[in-house]
Amino acid sequence: MGNLGPMEVSTNPKTAFLRGARDALPFILVVGPFALLFGVVGTEAGLNLTEVMGFSVLVIAGASQFAALQVMSENAPTVIVILTALAVNLRMAMYSASLTPFLGKAPVWKRAMVAYFMVDQAYTLSQIKFEMEPELSVSARFAYYIGTVAPIAPFWYALTYVGAVAGTQIPAEFALDFALPITFIAMIAPALRTMAHVAAAVTSIVVALLMAWMPYGTGLLVAASVAMVVGAQVELWQGRRARKRSAP
Amino acid sequence: MSYSHTTIWIIILAMALGSFLIRFSFLGFIGDREMPDWVLRHLRYTPVAVLPGLVAPLVFWPDATGGHIDPARLAAALVTLSVGYFGKNVLVAILSGAATLYAMIYLLG
Repeated sequence: MGNLGPMEVSTNPKTAFLRGARDALPFILVVGPFALLFGVVGTEAGLNLTEVMGFSVLVIAGASQFAALQVMSENAPTVIVILTALAVNLRMAMYSASLTPFLGKAPVWKRAMVAYFMVDQAYTLSQIKFEMEPELSVSARFAYYIGTVAPIAPFWYALTYVGAVAGTQIPAEFALDFALPITFIAMIAPALRTMAHVAAAVTSIVVALLMAWMPYGTGLLVAASVAMVVGAQVELWQGRRARKRSAP
Repeated sequence: MSYSHTTIWIIILAMALGSFLIRFSFLGFIGDREMPDWVLRHLRYTPVAVLPGLVAPLVFWPDATGGHIDPARLAAALVTLSVGYFGKNVLVAILSGAATLYAMIYLLG
């Protein structure tokens, strides 16, 4: 490559990969403990090592994996376990849609890799990067995205393994039953950005508690559906109110 | 839990395939076409619609205390929520919640 100035540097895939890796590095502090916890809780719940690793390597979606464990601990039917776990992952469809304008023209094997590695941190970093630097080529964008997962994914696998191996040696006094609720609350709290998000969360709690009598966690699916509609409706209502206020 | 190893692998593989298809969906099949606003509007709320409902019974009726309200777990949940909401840092919120839980369990015996 010739000396074409700074623009050339920023669209070089190798540079983009390294920048992605550097930007994602702090996230290993979040992903590491979370992976460790999944290994521990999964083993405590009765999964063997291969099964715990199967979840982390094949599914590679923390919140969804924890949700599956929780519903499995209630011995729910297989279909309910799968539906609940996938419902938690539906937000990824939104990520997929918002990455499409930037990566939609990449070859299908690259898009498949982007899909497999789609985690909150990689999506968030990449989305911001692609918007701020529209001059990036498609291959530089792909390299940046893979760069962001380069430190995260191996860490996720390795610490799941460590947790699964150490898991059975942790005594009951550590109250690990509550590790999962605390982790979920910590993930949700920063997401309560608008009145619509708060309304959806409150609806989800109230309906889930009211519907707790329903068998095998089906009450949760009802609660989640109602809460999504409430969130969407509050958003519409707030939009209308804002427009009315700004009207002359 | 009381699942056979075969059932557990069915769950893992169905989740793996389902998660991949959700992630691949628009990127893989839709290409450059736009998604309808009403779909996006509902997808936006999936995490806050699913996770609070999943957690609520665990906070109010924990198995570890035989389904009775437990001040230690309730306090830990409240601290985690407040620290996460105001601090916006997941890791700090988890650590604060865990510290509260252990402190309360120690104090209440």
